[in-house]
Amino acid sequence: MMLYRRRRFANSVVMTLSVVATVIGLGWLVLVLGALLWNGFGSLSVAVFTEMTPPPGSAGGLLNPIVGSLMMSGVAVAIGTPIGILAGTYMAEYGRYSMLTSVVRFINDILLSAPSIVVGLFIYEVVVRPLGHFSGIAGSLALAVLVVPVVVRTTEDMLLTVPKELREAATALGLPRSHVIANVSYRAARAGIVTGILLAVARISGETAPLLFTALNNQFFSADMTQPLASLPVVIFQFAMSPYPDWQKLAWAGALIITFAVLALSISARALSATRTNS
Amino acid sequence: MSSTGLSHGSNTVPAPVVAARAALADADEKVAIRNVDFYYGDNRALKSISVSLYARRVTAFIGPSGCGKSTLLRILNRIYDLYPNQRAEGEVLLDGNNILDAKQDLNLLRARVGMVFQKPTPFPMSIYENIAFGIRLYEPLPKSEMDGRVEQALKRAALWNEVKDKLSANGLSLSGGQQQRLCIARTVAVQPEVILLDEPCSALDPISTAKIEELIDELKTEYTIAIVTHNMQQAARVSDYTAFMYLGELVEFDTTSKMFTSPVDPRTQDYITGRFG
Repeated sequence: MMLYRRRRFANSVVMTLSVVATVIGLGWLVLVLGALLWNGFGSLSVAVFTEMTPPPGSAGGLLNPIVGSLMMSGVAVAIGTPIGILAGTYMAEYGRYSMLTSVVRFINDILLSAPSIVVGLFIYEVVVRPLGHFSGIAGSLALAVLVVPVVVRTTEDMLLTVPKELREAATALGLPRSHVIANVSYRAARAGIVTGILLAVARISGETAPLLFTALNNQFFSADMTQPLASLPVVIFQFAMSPYPDWQKLAWAGALIITFAVLALSISARALSATRTNS
Repeated sequence: MSSTGLSHGSNTVPAPVVAARAALADADEKVAIRNVDFYYGDNRALKSISVSLYARRVTAFIGPSGCGKSTLLRILNRIYDLYPNQRAEGEVLLDGNNILDAKQDLNLLRARVGMVFQKPTPFPMSIYENIAFGIRLYEPLPKSEMDGRVEQALKRAALWNEVKDKLSANGLSLSGGQQQRLCIARTVAVQPEVILLDEPCSALDPISTAKIEELIDELKTEYTIAIVTHNMQQAARVSDYTAFMYLGELVEFDTTSKMFTSPVDPRTQDYITGRFG
């Protein structure tokens, strides 16, 4: 009886601590989101989506950084996704038992947790310095380096969850390995792989550090990838640090836009993985 | 063991199963397994197995779990090649050609030797595509002909009536028994010569099992069939020949009626009567 009472006591202590920890964690999130929604919606207007970033003291919007962010993210995904999927495919399908796979997996995990500012400096050294100027391309490359490890990891993980029976059944029909992968493995893992790509997009869309060293910023509208390009995170960084109230308002609006974009991506990723588990 | 040597003879009259020993001489040897050893790494899982599969006959492999019956089946289409550290030694002759030869084209071999697994494994695509998919690789047929082939395969697997109105439904939406018949249809559709069944009914209810057993009876008019089963009654019902394996060795191989009425080896006797295993 004594033992039982002690266990009940321990249980209630641990449960209280867990609840308190959860409330603290969620509390900060609610405060951050609350401040963001309050200030962000107050600053949101049509002009934010249609006008250029203004000089201090005049009216303007965030069109150039929105377009810059979309372009750089798009190119980064276009470069990083194929590399990531092919590498993940090698690791899970062709080279599952090879030494190379273990090495690549280890390095990929390091890359996955590498500080993004290091990636920015790396691209600065190998692209920006030789070219002599900042550019949208350099920004895309820095973001692509961040996309690759996420996609490699999710692709490999998702392909590894495809049951070996399915692979054996397809092989037993006389299908060459390439067909087994393209028509059976990819199909079975599709939702998970797409989820990984969406998560990678969500990750890079808020990155500031790698862009500071690569794409820098641009006060004016530009769709030229070879020139410095504005992006939302960098503009938010610049505007939020400024002493001008109208710039600060635009920074709030930008932060809100990024948050909702990432939220939309995460929800789509969730919805996709839900359809996977249901089928 | 006594009968493994008997093989070639006339195959004009399919002998009734009851004419047990006569049947042995009556069928052509389709697959000849000669002194085959199999290794998982250093572990020797099969010890010098020699046994034959006869054309248009069903051969059942029985024995306790881990005796190597599934391993033996997995040699016949070299599916074990997917994994490193697994290797077979000896000879497996399919129509006289050694399929263990390094030069053997594995995809062509697997197109000739189909396999149905223990767990139903429909591909994550429509019922129609599940079947058309394998055919398309070897025979790029026009749509109308493909429709015919898909229908024929589904009819062959006694599934057509249940799925003809929902061919575009996902294969995974079928019941377990239907999924397994879909897998059989898929295997039959690529027109193999040998069909390997690895405990095809172990995940199914008795009604689905009965359907698949009827199907096996039907299929053996055209194909050479090998079936691994834990169910002794099933082996007795569907097979013409039975091989009893124990601890990686082939203990006894004979016609099913002989094996189930007067086995020579006491271990076979014990296993069949349920005294061990």
